[in-house]
Amino acid sequence: MLMRQMRFAELRSIWQGIVLAFLSTAAFAVSEPANGTNIFAPASTPAKSIAHLSVFVLVITGIIFVVVFTLLVYSIIKFRKRASDEGREPAQVYGSTQIELAWTIIPVLIVVVLYLATARVIHAIQDASEPAGTVQVTAIGHQYWWEFRYPKLGIVTANELHIPVSESENSTPTFLNLFSADTDHSFWIPELAGKTDLVPNHPNRMWLDPHRTGIFLGQCAQYCGVQHAKMLLRVSVDTPEAFAAWVHSQQQPAVQDANVAAGQRVFETTACINCHAVAGTNANGRFGPDLTHLMSRTTIASGAAPNTPEKLRIWIQDPNKIKPGALMPAMQLSDADLDAVVSYMETLR
Amino acid sequence: MSSNAITVPGVQIDEKPWVDTLHEWVTTVDHKRLGILYMLTALVFVVLGGVEALIIRIQLMHSHNDFVSPEVFNRMFTMHGTTMIFFVAMPVLFGFANYLVPLMIGARDMAFPRLNAFSFWLTAFGGLLLYFSFLGGSGLYGAGNAPDVGWWAYAPLTARAFSPGHSSDYWTVALLVSGFGSIGTGINIIATILCMRCPGMRLGRMPLLAWLNLVMSAMVLIAVTPLSAAQIMLLVDRYLGGHFFDAQAGGSAVLWMHFFWIFGHPEVYILIIPCFAFLSEIIPVFSRKPIFGYPVMVAATVCIAFVSMSVWAHHMFTVGMNSYANSFFTITTMAVGVPTGIKIFNWLGTMWGGKILFKVPMLFSIGFLFQFLIAGLTGIMLASSPFDWQLGLSYFVVAHFHYVIVGGILFALFAAVYYWYPKMTGRMLSERLGKWHFWLFLIGFHLTFDLMHIPGILGMPRRIYTYEPGRGWDTLNLLITVGTFVQVLAILLFLANLVISYFKGDRAGNDPWDAWTLEWSISSPPPAYNFASIPVVASRRPLWDLKHPEDPDSRYE
Repeated sequence: MLMRQMRFAELRSIWQGIVLAFLSTAAFAVSEPANGTNIFAPASTPAKSIAHLSVFVLVITGIIFVVVFTLLVYSIIKFRKRASDEGREPAQVYGSTQIELAWTIIPVLIVVVLYLATARVIHAIQDASEPAGTVQVTAIGHQYWWEFRYPKLGIVTANELHIPVSESENSTPTFLNLFSADTDHSFWIPELAGKTDLVPNHPNRMWLDPHRTGIFLGQCAQYCGVQHAKMLLRVSVDTPEAFAAWVHSQQQPAVQDANVAAGQRVFETTACINCHAVAGTNANGRFGPDLTHLMSRTTIASGAAPNTPEKLRIWIQDPNKIKPGALMPAMQLSDADLDAVVSYMETLR
Repeated sequence: MSSNAITVPGVQIDEKPWVDTLHEWVTTVDHKRLGILYMLTALVFVVLGGVEALIIRIQLMHSHNDFVSPEVFNRMFTMHGTTMIFFVAMPVLFGFANYLVPLMIGARDMAFPRLNAFSFWLTAFGGLLLYFSFLGGSGLYGAGNAPDVGWWAYAPLTARAFSPGHSSDYWTVALLVSGFGSIGTGINIIATILCMRCPGMRLGRMPLLAWLNLVMSAMVLIAVTPLSAAQIMLLVDRYLGGHFFDAQAGGSAVLWMHFFWIFGHPEVYILIIPCFAFLSEIIPVFSRKPIFGYPVMVAATVCIAFVSMSVWAHHMFTVGMNSYANSFFTITTMAVGVPTGIKIFNWLGTMWGGKILFKVPMLFSIGFLFQFLIAGLTGIMLASSPFDWQLGLSYFVVAHFHYVIVGGILFALFAAVYYWYPKMTGRMLSERLGKWHFWLFLIGFHLTFDLMHIPGILGMPRRIYTYEPGRGWDTLNLLITVGTFVQVLAILLFLANLVISYFKGDRAGNDPWDAWTLEWSISSPPPAYNFASIPVVASRRPLWDLKHPEDPDSRYE
């Protein structure tokens, strides 16, 4: 009797340990600040319906695991060879049609249930109709950075996506049209939606309707070359007012500041303008990020570094110091020119 | 062939010079020697692939680590994947098939011994070609430049615009060459099993190992050929101006994905089915019972083979297929879980009511059962395509397929090595070292791959050479790396065991495990001709009949 209680106590402590571990992971998930990338802390309808489905699948597979695990452990302990049965072979059993049928039919039923639950979510996410008043964004993957265009709003920006929060009474979902300029990429903000690839010659579409404001992080999830790791994504979910203000500021041409004319001249007379555009000037390259409102972004190099004058200076001098393998060449500017260009960049608010 | 001539007691044979021995091994067409050559090749490549894995893990130990450059890291994961699948798993499984199939069906060799040798050397040279890329990849500069396009080599990364030089060509040609080797071996195994069985061995009396290798070989023919075709198309793209996959010129990047995964998914089953075969031989012997539900096991295997041909695009759920395609590949992928589940239940049924002996081969087999169960269940999660939109391309998927390949395939392979090493060498592997190997490897495996699921759930994509701090990935990655080193320690013990036991192990005798299939009826190692006289069988367990004449299987089948 005492033995049995001991066993129970042990089992309970193991069970508690497992539950505790699970809860601490879950608590970690919940207590994460707005910046998390946890798929179980969804803040948007697609991510939420995936998370719900995931919990359902986890519970079913969890039950299967517990049942089969228990049977395996039981048979290993119960049917181990004992010293007492030396020399005798066990009864030779060749099979049983009834049992075989049982463990064929039950899994088939489980599969049907799982499939139906899954198909519902696939349809709900993929075949969602597009309501009026959506924000349209064209996202283009480039080797190691993101280009975001808002065709209806006339905005071109990079790496940091701004979208409005979508409250239930005033729903403003964002629909993304996904393209690639070179290799395969994948757009993944775990707390807003599952990932969708950006494949050349194969346009894709996805949607987000974030339920709360904040910064949401993610990154390219499909291997795209040397700097796949530093192709980070930031999504700023703004209040409708903040979003409107952001749109308004982005629609302005670049600030013209006579104080940095030297820097602007260096910028416009070197190779910079082959790849970069600054609206309202003769810089209209399209291979690299649009710099018209560079200073409105918190990071540079697709999130590889914070957008500070020091980092900007290092980046222009030699991108390889921040992001080895990035396609922007080292500009080989003199110190004076470098300072001038950085000052010019600083004015592009 | 003279080396294995019947030795007459009392007659001294002179030691041969080593050059003669080497010559015999290089020119051999003996299925047993080729089997061993396959395994030794895999052993060399597993060390290389393991070193690459270590470099990957050291680099990912903490955020913003700069142990290696991004270029080197990308080469490492490409080479690790390519090596482990094509030049470790395939050769070692072909090695076992080569060695065991003729012995278990009572044949004296494979159907086409010279094709067998040709296939082996194609595989070996394919591997050499792949590794020569470290020296020859970028030609004149002297610096090595191995392939860095990932082991799926998705287009258009492999286009010349994105992959200049010859590193991708080495990858392509190496896989093309070894692919022909695989096809040759597939044909050979099928012909051997269909035509060379000993008298009395009807298809329904074959050991399950033969059955499962027959299915595996049929899958090789169906799955490897599209890969070879795609490699040729890629070469045409790169050098003859074809535009199959060149998206810039109107080609389709998605087409390559279909070609690759229509090979790539059946490939998983090509690798795991021979491992099912090992378990189906080992679990009965150490449970002292016949396999539970033999006909169902065969049917389930054939069923897996068929269904696994229609699941490939579950690797492409994030690519942007329409909802009908996603639904279709969800149901087929989940459906493959049913026959796979049947297999696990049948092994359970085999152990049920048995008298289980916990020798090292059985320990690894039991480890397989638990781990393959978990791998299967995470597979079900990934099959649910919306769940895959989150988990796909993340570390969760990396954890999942390493659970299949390490927790499943490698554990089964260790079981097979401990089980058949005595037959191949005439010596037993040390049980003591073996148990150390098992427990250490088990701990290292679980430390690494259990934890690896979590960074994926927390949003960590695969194939990144570094990551940002503050995402909750650091501690987990450190522990994963620690687990890798525990596994390395276990593997070193295993290698030591292989070497030490070869010289100092206990003599095995013909039948150290009191087993039931034909290979245990002859000496260890077997003579070149295998069977002095071709055996005649009356049941699935000919040696059981021999040992229990009062109660033979043949009475019930």
